[in-house]
Amino acid sequence: SSCVFCLSYPLGMTAAGLRCRKSIYQWMTQIQKSNSKLVTQHYLGKTIENRTMYYLQISQPSDKTKKIIWMDCGIHAREWISPAFCQWFVKEILQNYKSDPRISRFLKNLDLYILPVLNIDGYIYSWEKDRLWRKNRSPHMNGTCYGTDLNRNFNSSWGSIGVSYNCSSEIFCGSGPESEPETRAMAQFIERKKSDILCYLTIHSYGQYILTPYGSTTKPPSNSEELMHVAKKASAALMGKYGTRYEVGSTSLILYSNSGSSRDWAHMIGIPFSYTFELRDKGSHGFVLPPDQIQPTCEETMLAVTTIIDYIDQKYFPGGAVMLTSGSLGLSLCLSVRALLVLIAMF
Amino acid sequence: MQNDSFNKINVLHYHLELVLEDIDSTVNCTAEVLYHLGNKNIAPDVQFTIEGELKNTDEADNIFYSQIKSLEKELVAENIPDSHGHVSPEMEPIRLLAWVASGYVMWQNSTENTKFQFAQIKHVKQVKRSDEYLEFDYMILLHEMVSQEIIPWQMTVLWHPQHGVQVTQDSRQPKHASE
Repeated sequence: SSCVFCLSYPLGMTAAGLRCRKSIYQWMTQIQKSNSKLVTQHYLGKTIENRTMYYLQISQPSDKTKKIIWMDCGIHAREWISPAFCQWFVKEILQNYKSDPRISRFLKNLDLYILPVLNIDGYIYSWEKDRLWRKNRSPHMNGTCYGTDLNRNFNSSWGSIGVSYNCSSEIFCGSGPESEPETRAMAQFIERKKSDILCYLTIHSYGQYILTPYGSTTKPPSNSEELMHVAKKASAALMGKYGTRYEVGSTSLILYSNSGSSRDWAHMIGIPFSYTFELRDKGSHGFVLPPDQIQPTCEETMLAVTTIIDYIDQKYFPGGAVMLTSGSLGLSLCLSVRALLVLIAMF
Repeated sequence: MQNDSFNKINVLHYHLELVLEDIDSTVNCTAEVLYHLGNKNIAPDVQFTIEGELKNTDEADNIFYSQIKSLEKELVAENIPDSHGHVSPEMEPIRLLAWVASGYVMWQNSTENTKFQFAQIKHVKQVKRSDEYLEFDYMILLHEMVSQEIIPWQMTVLWHPQHGVQVTQDSRQPKHASE
């Protein structure tokens, strides 16, 4: 079927009746077509079930060499608000990069690399078979057991704590670090580009946290103070929108211990700013967030992420003023409504 | 607080100050939680004090009660909420009842290393009764944060507007064999 996987909550709609209207593959192709100067789609690798993983590169044409912000979504299949946010983020950047002075400022110096869904197989499985599936779909034990937890599969103190060696567990860390093609594809790419990557963001749900390294040890990272400072700024910006409270801190201290996470690994290979976002809510709905919370979640999270990008931009590329106008905010609202009408017209 | 007589270091005592979200306001609450480290099969002791009063829900309770009582056939439903987070208005009280009842199940099965959340009703079936109580047989899914497991749990729930919620029977179910 042409519905490879579904664009579930694209542009602030209720999800009812939106099933499989368009696939994320089709969305990426369209995004690149209608923003070809700014966006290119790139091959990352293949999943265990042989589906192609792509990332989008948002890059303002320039003769400057840029540094990179990486953001991935959909490591865990059931966390549907995560790919929804990556899509929302791309849409917002592309709609506002000319009018929003903050965005146009950081795009002068930074390229944005967005991976809308890493765990494609698991995501499709959660749509078609088991809504609360978490892992990828790699077969084990002669096909009697499926799935590795991709966020326990990275080479960061792999297999040491907060994991299971049993395939039947939701936190099965795999047969070895980077044993999974999805992990390997992403890790190899990031490793190649690491000297240019200033920030690694990975989006999950739920819990309302901004998590700093590490999960595998309580020993703080070298730049712990700065990591916390920026995360607190981001959390405050997020709360400013709808009052949503996010806790900020190191995973091992405020959540639980775990090893093999992508966030830990990114920091360990030298990427200075590395954060896990755990989006809404705090457990009343958990993974199955009601449709009317999708857009507000995306809007508030956008503020947090752009706060982090702003900080990094100003830290590494100081100088240059930013003028905020109320006009740019009004334009943003107007464009969201227009996107809504476009989607209705598609039915 | 009295120490157990046989072992001095087998309870863990937490003093909690929390805020409860009521319908349109918040209420302060303090609680004392005692985990029994020696025996994981004993639920933690919980004592709590609510400062002030919770809102009255009699009207909504009675509406729900009459609606169920007036059904011609026993209620049967599944997947609440559905995959997209939808709950129909008629099913919202059924979901809330499951959520409250699951709180008891979670409490009875909590240790210092668990964190449960209610995830979904897989299936609910009303059980016919000759008395004034409503009875529902639920199969729910709990999410346990630390292990990340989704745990099916069967529970039999009694409810009456004036007599509150009771879980008369519950049992943890095996995970479905992974496909």
